[in-house]
Amino acid sequence: MKYSIMVNEGPYTHQASDTALQFCKAALEADCEIFRVFFYHDGVNNGTRFTVPPQDDRNIQKEWSKLAEAHEIDLVVCIAAAQRRGIMDAAESKRQGLSGDNIAPGFRISGLGQLIEGGIIADRQLVFGD
Amino acid sequence: MATKNFMFVNRKAPYGTVYALESLEVVLIGAAFEQNVSLAFIGDGVYQIAKNQKTDGIGMKNFSPTYKALGDYEVTKLYVEKESLEARGLTLDDLMDLTWEDEDEDYAEKPSIILVSSTELAAVMDEQEVVLSF
Amino acid sequence: MSTLHTVNKSPFERDSLALCVRLASKGHAILLIEDGVFGAMAGTDHSDMVKNAMETASVYVLGPDLAARGMSEDRVIDGIQVVDYSGFVDLTKRHDTCQSWL
Repeated sequence: MKYSIMVNEGPYTHQASDTALQFCKAALEADCEIFRVFFYHDGVNNGTRFTVPPQDDRNIQKEWSKLAEAHEIDLVVCIAAAQRRGIMDAAESKRQGLSGDNIAPGFRISGLGQLIEGGIIADRQLVFGD
Repeated sequence: MATKNFMFVNRKAPYGTVYALESLEVVLIGAAFEQNVSLAFIGDGVYQIAKNQKTDGIGMKNFSPTYKALGDYEVTKLYVEKESLEARGLTLDDLMDLTWEDEDEDYAEKPSIILVSSTELAAVMDEQEVVLSF
Repeated sequence: MSTLHTVNKSPFERDSLALCVRLASKGHAILLIEDGVFGAMAGTDHSDMVKNAMETASVYVLGPDLAARGMSEDRVIDGIQVVDYSGFVDLTKRHDTCQSWL
């Protein structure tokens, strides 16, 4: 079973990203494939490497980055939503004449087509949001 | 690529949150993939296509004209739940006139809004393969 | 085609569960997750609505979200099955489409 996942909310404010993570872990344990996780709306905020959550709590961004690395999962941050909210990779930051970038390891910035493609290619599309 | 039945479910009013605007952006980009697309407006989602939106006073961009372009992008099925309209004291007349041109009938202009009861909408939803909720 | 509906908001906060119940079809499944788990509790103002829904769709509740909120599985409406995340995965396999009610 191949899954395409959409995460509509940022870390901590809503449970969406946590639930998506837990679902992905359970799916991977069941030998399923996570084809893509697409971050939209405030979900793009899962992809900044500048979060410093309290030490005694989970680090949502690092959880995603670790999962992506361990299982070669494609984590995509929507470019339109990212531009609105200030999530940048080096190339985009340079293009916009900004002084830095903040994209976290394992995340890449791309277009909404990746979301639709995920829905077409995967067996199941799940949405986690508010 | 396979062709799937894609439904975009809109339940939130415009402007109070970003979901209405950003879901419309997905629909427009998604149109290029030639899937079998429909939209559902349920609950407060029906307000997204209300007529006469004037946003100068709140300093936000009025994106409602973009719904008029959906027909040109071959997104021609906009299901509006009757019960949601009625609960809000609205009728079809309160909604924008959204149309598409049927090239099989000499480009005759046809309404894109399909008013459905819950039962009818449930049957349409039962046919969907990919459902995106915002 | 059968659908797995997930509802993640409390019925006391939002109409997501009511709308889901209204638009689900026979043979579908409804999984209550996150704050949606309060919809699974017996003896609330929404319990009758949920019990009626169970005549159309099978209803499940995510155990870890119940436990997190201090809700005891004993007080869940009779007939609602408690599942964990692997049960959630199983449900997505058993049904052709997943639909989230946010």
